[in-house]
Amino acid sequence: MKGDVVLTAKDLTRHYHVDRGTFRKPAVLKALDGATFTLAKGRTLAVVGESGCGKSTLARLVTMIEKPTSGTLNIGGIDITSADKGTLMGLHKTVQIVFQDPYGSLNPRQKIGHALEEPLLVNTTMGKKERRDAALKIINLVGLRPEHYDRYPHMFSGGQRQRIAVARALMLNPNIVVLDEPVSALDVSIQAQILNLIVSLQEQFDLAYLFISHDLSVVKHIADEVMVMYLGKPVESASRDTLFTKPHHPYTRALLSATPVADPFRVKERIVLHGELPSPIAPPSGCTFHPRCPSMTDICKEKAPETREIDGCRVACYHPKIYSS
Amino acid sequence: MPLLEIDNLSVTFQTAGGLFTAVDRISLHIEPSEIVSIVGESGSGKSVAVLALMGLLPWTATVTADVLRFDGQDLTTITKPELRKIIGCQMAMIFQEPMTSLNPCFTVGFQLTETLKIHLGMNRAEQKRRAIELLELVGIPEPEKRLSAFPHQLSGGMNQRVMIAIAISCNPRLLIADEPTTALDVTIQAQILDLLLKLQKEKGMSLVLITHDMGVVAETAERVFVQYAGQQVEQQPVKGLFARPHHPYTQALLNSLPERSNSRILPSIAGIVPGQFDKPQGCLFSPRCHYATDLCREKPPTAGPVEFGNALCHYPLADGVPTNYPQEVRA
Repeated sequence: MKGDVVLTAKDLTRHYHVDRGTFRKPAVLKALDGATFTLAKGRTLAVVGESGCGKSTLARLVTMIEKPTSGTLNIGGIDITSADKGTLMGLHKTVQIVFQDPYGSLNPRQKIGHALEEPLLVNTTMGKKERRDAALKIINLVGLRPEHYDRYPHMFSGGQRQRIAVARALMLNPNIVVLDEPVSALDVSIQAQILNLIVSLQEQFDLAYLFISHDLSVVKHIADEVMVMYLGKPVESASRDTLFTKPHHPYTRALLSATPVADPFRVKERIVLHGELPSPIAPPSGCTFHPRCPSMTDICKEKAPETREIDGCRVACYHPKIYSS
Repeated sequence: MPLLEIDNLSVTFQTAGGLFTAVDRISLHIEPSEIVSIVGESGSGKSVAVLALMGLLPWTATVTADVLRFDGQDLTTITKPELRKIIGCQMAMIFQEPMTSLNPCFTVGFQLTETLKIHLGMNRAEQKRRAIELLELVGIPEPEKRLSAFPHQLSGGMNQRVMIAIAISCNPRLLIADEPTTALDVTIQAQILDLLLKLQKEKGMSLVLITHDMGVVAETAERVFVQYAGQQVEQQPVKGLFARPHHPYTQALLNSLPERSNSRILPSIAGIVPGQFDKPQGCLFSPRCHYATDLCREKPPTAGPVEFGNALCHYPLADGVPTNYPQEVRA
C-alpha cells in the first residue's frame, strides 16, 4: 500500500581507503557519513548536493553494489549487513537503478530486446516466449514501439535511450528504483517527457523512488521528501514544501538562492558562497561546512553539530534560521 | 552603431550523407556593453554559429554571410593576419569544458601570458605582473603560486576562472561565453556568473551568453535569441520573452520547465529535434507544434515583424494565442 516503508537506513556510512604511495599510510575517504532515511511505497525521496557529496555512493549502497562500512540498511524487513548470499540474491531483484548517462549505460552491441530480457534470464526461470512478451509489454509501457525490440542503442535518441534504461529497471517488478540523475543529460523538452514517464510509472506500480539530482527545480517538481547532503553528510532533510519554503540550514539556503530560476521578474536574495568544496580526504574540523558558511562561529570549528528536529526539518547546524510562525 | 553585426549567417557541413545545414540564416546585432543570450537545445546550432564567427570550425564547414562586421570592420574580406589581431584580443571566447579547453601540458601562467605576448607585445616582467593582476581579478587566491600550477592541479571552477582570465586579458570589447557554467556545480555556477556580470559592468564589454538553461537566461541576459534546429525562431528582451513568447516553440519550452508548472504531469513537447535526414519540408517545428496546420507543414515561414519578436512562424503568438489563425482548424 502507498506509504508503507520499504527501506530503512540508519547511520549509513561508507569509507574508502585511498592509497597514497609506498611510504604514506592510506587515507580514509568518508564518502558517506551517517545517512538516516526511509523510503516508502509510492513516495519519492530526493537527494540533493554538489559533486563529491556522496550522492552516488548512497546509490551504490542502496542498490547493494557495495556494502556499508557501518550502519544498518533494512530492505523489506531484511537487514542486508547480516543477510546470507541467497537472501541477498532475492533482494537484488527488488532494488533497481537507472543511471545518468543513457549513452554509457546501454551496451552498444546488444539489441534492445536482449538488454531488456537479460535481467529475466539471470534472475528468473521464464521461457524464451515469456521473456519476449514481458519485454514487449514494458516497451509499450515506456512509450516505445514494438519494432524497437530488434534495434541497437545507437539508433535511438538520448530521450528514447533513457526510456529503455527505465524499462530495463522495471523488468523485475522492483519495489525500489534508484534514479541517479536520470534527466541531467537530457534537453529541456526531452527532460519533461522523461519526468512525466517517471511520475506515471510511480503511480501505476507504487514504486519507491530514491531520486538523486543536483537540479533543485526538478527536485521541487518530483520529490515528496528531500535530503540535502554536503561532503558525505546529510545537513538537512524535510518534506518538499518545508524545505523549499522554510530552509533552515545555511547550505540549503545558499543552494536554493544559487539555483537560477526561469523568471526574470523575481527579485531574490542572493547568497553567494565563497570558496569551493573541500577535499573529502581532509575535511574541515567540526562542521564540514564552516569554512564557507556565512553564519559560522567558534563552536562550528570545534565540534560537528548533532542532527536535531526543528519545525519538521532534521537539521545538522548550530545556527539554523528560525522562522517565526 | 552595433559592435557586432551578423546578417544571414549560414554554416553547412560536408558530411558522408551530403550537405548538412547546422546554422540556417541567423542574424545577430549586438550593441556595445549589452548582455545577449542565445538559447536553444543541443543541435540548435548555437555553438556552431559563434565558432564560425571566431573562425574555429574545421575545413569541412562552409560559412556564408551577407554581413559579418565587427566594430565596422568587414570580417569576410579582411586578411587572415588582420583577423587574428581581432580574434582573441578584441573578441574573446570562453568554452564549455574548462578541464579540456586548457592544455594539460603547460602551466596556467604560460597559457595566460601567451596571449599577452602575442597580442600586446609585453615583455616578461610586464606579462607576469599583468597575469597576477588578471588572476586576482577573477578571484583566484594566491595568484603568484597559481601561475606555475598545471590545469589538473586546479578544480573545475578555478580552471574556468583561468579561462575567463585568458579571455579578458586584452580587454576585449566582445566576450562570448559558450555554456560557461554547464560543467560546474550550482554554487560555483553562481560565483562564475556573478564574476562574468561584474567584469562586464566594469569593463563595459558586450557579453554573449550561450546556454540551454532558461534559469541562467532569466537571471543574466538583457536580450534573448531563441534557436531551434539551426534557425533563429525568436528574439526579444528577456522580460517580454518570459511573459509573452511569440513563437510556439518558446512557449512550449517555457511550459515544459518544472519550475513553471504546477501540475504533476508537465506539458512536454512531443517528439525530438529533427536531424539531418528527417528535416520536415515546411516549418522545422511543425511536427512537434500543436498549432501546426497544413500551411505549416508545406511552406517554411518567414521571420515576422519586430513587434512579434521576429518570430519564425506563420501564426506568431500574441498573448499566448496564435494570430491570423484559420477559423476552421480552431473549431
